[in-house]
Amino acid sequence: MILIYADHDRGELDPLALQVVSAARGLDADVHALIVGPNAEKCIDDLASAGVLTVHHGTNAAIDDYTPRANASAVVTVMDRLEPRAVLAAGTPRGSEVLAHVASIKDLPLVTECSEIALTGPGTAEVTRARWGGNLLERSEVSADVLLATAQAHAFAVSEDAGDAQVEAFDVPVTDADLEVSIVERTGAAETGVGLAEAKVVISGGRGMDGPEAFGMLEELADILGGAVGCSRVVTAAGWRPHAEQVGQTGTKVAPDLYIAFGISGATQHIAGCKSAKTLIAVNTDGQAPIMTHADYAVVDNLHTLLPVLIEKARAAQGA
Amino acid sequence: MDICVCIKRYPSLGSAIMLTDDGMAIDTDKLGFTLSPHEECAVEAAVQLKEEHGGTVTLISMGPEGVEEQIREQFAIGADRAIWIRSDSTDIDPQAAAKAIGDAIEADETAFDLILLGSESADNANAQTGVRLAHRLGRPVATAIKGMTIADGVATCERAVGTMREVYRVRLPAVVTVKDGLNIPRYPSVPGRIKARKKPIDEVAADLDGARIQLKGLTAPIRESKGAQALGAGDEAADALVDVMKQIGVLS
Amino acid sequence: MAEELQAPSEAKCVVIGAGIVGNSIVWHLARLGWTDIVQVDKGPLPNPGGSTGHASNFIFPTDHSKEITQLTLESMRQYKEMGVFTECGGIEVARTEERMQELHRRLQSATSFDIDGTAMLSPSECKEKVPYLDDEVILGGFWTPSVGVVDSLRAGTIMREKAQEMNALTSLPNTEVMDIEVTDGRVSAVVTDRGTIDTEYVVIACGCWSPRIAEMAGAAIPLTPAVHQMKDIGPVPFFADAKGDIEWPIIRDMDTFMYERQHGTGLEIGSYAHRAILYEAGEIPSNEQAALSPTEMPFTQEDFDLQDEHAMELMPDIVGDETIGEKYACNGLLSLTPDGAPILGETPEVKGLWSAAAVWIKEGPGVGKSIAEWMVLGESEIDLHGADISRFYEHHKTRQHITARTGEGFIKTYGIIHPGEQWTSNRDVRLSPYYEQEKALGGVFYEAVGWERPFWYESNAPLVEKFGDAVMPRTAEWDARWWSPIINAEHLQMRETAGMIDLTPFAIFDIVGPGALGVVQTCAVRQMDVAIGKVIYTPVLTPRGGFRSDLTIMRLGANHFRVVTGGAHGMSDRKWFADHLPADGTAQLQDLTSSMTTLGVWGPNARAIVQSLTSADMSHEGFPFGSCRVIEMGSLRVLASRISYVGELGWELYLPIEQGAKLWEMVFEAGQLHGLIPVGVGVYGTSGRLEKGYRAYGAELDAEYNIVEAGMALKKVKDADFVGKEAFLQQREEEPMALMCTLSVTDHHSASGEKRYMLGMEPILTTDGAPIADKHGRRSFVTSAGSAPSLGKHLLMAYLPPEHAVEGIELLVEYLGERYPVVVDRVGATPLFDPANERTLS
Repeated sequence: MILIYADHDRGELDPLALQVVSAARGLDADVHALIVGPNAEKCIDDLASAGVLTVHHGTNAAIDDYTPRANASAVVTVMDRLEPRAVLAAGTPRGSEVLAHVASIKDLPLVTECSEIALTGPGTAEVTRARWGGNLLERSEVSADVLLATAQAHAFAVSEDAGDAQVEAFDVPVTDADLEVSIVERTGAAETGVGLAEAKVVISGGRGMDGPEAFGMLEELADILGGAVGCSRVVTAAGWRPHAEQVGQTGTKVAPDLYIAFGISGATQHIAGCKSAKTLIAVNTDGQAPIMTHADYAVVDNLHTLLPVLIEKARAAQGA
Repeated sequence: MDICVCIKRYPSLGSAIMLTDDGMAIDTDKLGFTLSPHEECAVEAAVQLKEEHGGTVTLISMGPEGVEEQIREQFAIGADRAIWIRSDSTDIDPQAAAKAIGDAIEADETAFDLILLGSESADNANAQTGVRLAHRLGRPVATAIKGMTIADGVATCERAVGTMREVYRVRLPAVVTVKDGLNIPRYPSVPGRIKARKKPIDEVAADLDGARIQLKGLTAPIRESKGAQALGAGDEAADALVDVMKQIGVLS
Repeated sequence: MAEELQAPSEAKCVVIGAGIVGNSIVWHLARLGWTDIVQVDKGPLPNPGGSTGHASNFIFPTDHSKEITQLTLESMRQYKEMGVFTECGGIEVARTEERMQELHRRLQSATSFDIDGTAMLSPSECKEKVPYLDDEVILGGFWTPSVGVVDSLRAGTIMREKAQEMNALTSLPNTEVMDIEVTDGRVSAVVTDRGTIDTEYVVIACGCWSPRIAEMAGAAIPLTPAVHQMKDIGPVPFFADAKGDIEWPIIRDMDTFMYERQHGTGLEIGSYAHRAILYEAGEIPSNEQAALSPTEMPFTQEDFDLQDEHAMELMPDIVGDETIGEKYACNGLLSLTPDGAPILGETPEVKGLWSAAAVWIKEGPGVGKSIAEWMVLGESEIDLHGADISRFYEHHKTRQHITARTGEGFIKTYGIIHPGEQWTSNRDVRLSPYYEQEKALGGVFYEAVGWERPFWYESNAPLVEKFGDAVMPRTAEWDARWWSPIINAEHLQMRETAGMIDLTPFAIFDIVGPGALGVVQTCAVRQMDVAIGKVIYTPVLTPRGGFRSDLTIMRLGANHFRVVTGGAHGMSDRKWFADHLPADGTAQLQDLTSSMTTLGVWGPNARAIVQSLTSADMSHEGFPFGSCRVIEMGSLRVLASRISYVGELGWELYLPIEQGAKLWEMVFEAGQLHGLIPVGVGVYGTSGRLEKGYRAYGAELDAEYNIVEAGMALKKVKDADFVGKEAFLQQREEEPMALMCTLSVTDHHSASGEKRYMLGMEPILTTDGAPIADKHGRRSFVTSAGSAPSLGKHLLMAYLPPEHAVEGIELLVEYLGERYPVVVDRVGATPLFDPANERTLS
């Protein structure tokens, strides 16, 4: 049996959770999911429709929002009762955090960012995981009775398998220490426009933009295409754009349908953030910039002269 | 405030990663070394807190001799002392690593109010050292933090989710793992470099037994160059781009 | 990119490298009319990742070498024409007295080589120009207003694009050279990863990678990549309003081997002070592997620790500001050569394969023009004999020698290098057969192209007392460095009795075959169809009639000529003659440099000494001056040649190298009865010849001056054609713009009352203190300086324009900041000592 930790935010299931279900079903048909906290009903339905046979719903009056260590306690409770062969979670800050707590409590190894998992024996597993944001692949053998692993985002395709899931509710045992760290409030304005992480189109600028002013053109283009603006690390280090727009290994990893890189050379840590794009277009005066080897289409030209023309044509095409 | 920051030494990569002949490590022969952006922000945060509240900043790093280069560089930023856990390599089973760091922290006389780490390492991204340390030391932990203020013994930590922020509060002493974007790290100054030469580095041994993850090999992902299709330049390119956008379906 | 660019299948010329040098060359080749030029570089354009891409790009024109200065001034002219030159001025500051003296010497060279506006500054004057200097740390500075910064990447792009616009050039970036094909000793194709290009001309302009590329063709380019460190700090509040790249003068802190310059809103600090960090070409990362670029290696802070402190001493307000951070730092790669000069010209190993390597940004465009002229017109306007790749002997090309000398030389990049300074590394490589005997006589060995030879002999020390003040002792340390009064004592003794001189470093090669006469006739100005047994001392000219060399040729047979030339330029001379061998193979060149040794015996008693060892008729009638023949000396068969570079009666004795020691022993023993002493190169190279007005190639004679100006014109010109004949005939018709003169110092006393002795390269001034230039703009400066003990004078040789080339005219020489009166003793070549040559012709 494989147990997955499925995270949700105030009732909205983590979109990557279904990918984790796929990963789990690749190991065993018998997949259980754990969801913690109130307002999780819709999540349970979503999980069932992906082929989860049993959903464990853990609650406690003291858990009213995401509480990592308490969630871990829920995982541990199910683990102790059902002894899964593996516990998987999404490779998100929450997924890795919760499993890290589980690993600490249970003194188990934890492998993150896995793109391939194989259970090779009762106490051994082989995984392929990403290093350097995916620029290098690691193959390792893990020795543990229970494999704890997070799944690399978009490494496992979602498969539909509608069915009915059994729901088992239980009370999560918590200590003061478990409850100490949780979300106490949310601040900031909601996304106006399109969020970078989920955007279907990302228009990104790098050093070649030569300053913050030219980003106005990227905003225009993003607007026309219903996308978000991104940038490279050089740009945020220079203070031209906020860090929230940084695409890269230490910024945001995006997987849009279209990624256009203007004046970005393509350092490994940036590629780590955009290589999952379905179509990547590079605009650069250097036809041999590293980004070109990752691009589907290339324009070797000066972005400052190209953009106004492109914006006009795109706007016209949209209007038409 | 006495703050401890865990740092790690990584090679500075170009666009092609060369592996050693046995495929077990990156060939760092022609490469320089650096910290990761997450850790640079951690050190910067620590130094800023020291400037505001007084106290000390202690670095901890595990690895072979070359680690001193990064330690001295962070001394130049403003860290005061370092604990160097000597090991043959920096590629270490994360559980064993966390244990060795925990050992070193417990053995050190300083009672650290705050322990900062990067949210995950730039190379292996195991993303668990901070949490394991917190359990070992019996402290609360907040991870992947992009905003942090400390007042009255409490660290108010923000995690970025899109344009929103989730706010967590942890009482000190605590462990916090941080993300690039937390601040803009300063560069070392020349006087900082000069002072850095004299700051102390205490060497301790590492007990790294009990590793349960064994590396079998590294490979560069198979990347057939997609063979980018050239779309020309100028007007011709703009037209071609619009066609591609229509094809993909982002333009009607 | 999808469409793989293919290289053209053939080209007139392939230039490998798209840095400043490669780009300059392709432009100048196109300008001179070549088309079908292909340029390749393994990196991308416009910045392929070589040294040009990260160089600090500033130019200080002053150099103690005329050649380098000319290349630099020409490059500056081109950079200015392209609009990429920003003048900002530069100050070389001194922290020590010794450096202050050196700065005076730099001012000297600036005056000698026509760099205007330079001046010495006091510390406060330095601070006035550069307010962020701490003037309490310096003793003064040398100011050059014409110092500037260039955009070398932009310049390279402009030149490359100009050639492309002329449809003369195809540039292929991201194209790696895999091999160079050579057929019958000539380049035939360049093999790249985009195809093979058939061509007859290849230029290697690859900077650090040049040796690797040359090796593919079987040629040697003896340079090594080396690090020099630089760090950029900023933003600097003082530069906050910076409008351009640089507005404040550049500072060279010479004593600490550092420079500091404004770079936009930052300050760039560079260092040549650290241990020599040398690389092999194989250690340089590829463009893909490098985090920045292949020539920007990771910075090693520990090598910069001391430099941080030095920079802080000099510019405390900026460098000591804790809020200013280090934005960028790297160990930048550049190319170093064993003798510090660039490596230019057609390789001696492979015809059609040219080198344009080890060139600094400040010389780039000048080198491009010169190489193009050399290739297309057969000669460059600027005389490049010091940088000529053909200068190297075999041992120079070894890794050991290269690393030893570049390691030693790197630390001298801003160093004070005395004109006579000797290298200490990699010595004792070439020893003459007389080495042990010379050692036993207390020979003080100096090295020239690897050969060890005594400059003087300690065993002659008692002669100093014998001759007293006539040895013209020097009290100033600088004047006396790398010198000894024993030299002058040896000189006087030789002129009194006789001296024996080790001449093994001569480069000797025979031209043999039915076509041999044709070869020497073509190369030599003098008539070479002479009787067997004649020795001809002759100039060798460039196509445009300047000096290529001066050397001696002996006719040993109808089809056998022996060329003897000084070791320093021996290999270049050898290539010159080899290049003029006929294509039909009727003449061959045989290099005997390492098979023959030469011993010179000269002085009033020379005949007596040599005659006592041979039954051959050594009398004046029996063995006329300017003749040569084989004589028996004991069991040695020796080729004796009666000429003299020291202006005395005597012979050069040539014999197989393994018999040299025996000859020395015989001559030395026989000579004891006649007052024979061993005499060193101090006499042979300087005092002996200066008294006789004998010109030396590389000093008085170079491509910039012609035979008429040098005062060596012949009465008749031979009918046979020779290189430079047309120009020479023309020169004879014209009034010379300058004349070689010998001057002497009339008062040696400095302001402090000490007698000072010039060493060479000092400017000659009018009595008003103005520099002197001829109508071609060539400045008058001392080409050779030295003692003339037999005349009791210190002689200076210099070209003077006709209005000053008058015997008896009084002028000034500027030496280390002071001016000394001099007088023109001789215009032309008539010797000052023994003008009728009675001694040599006795």
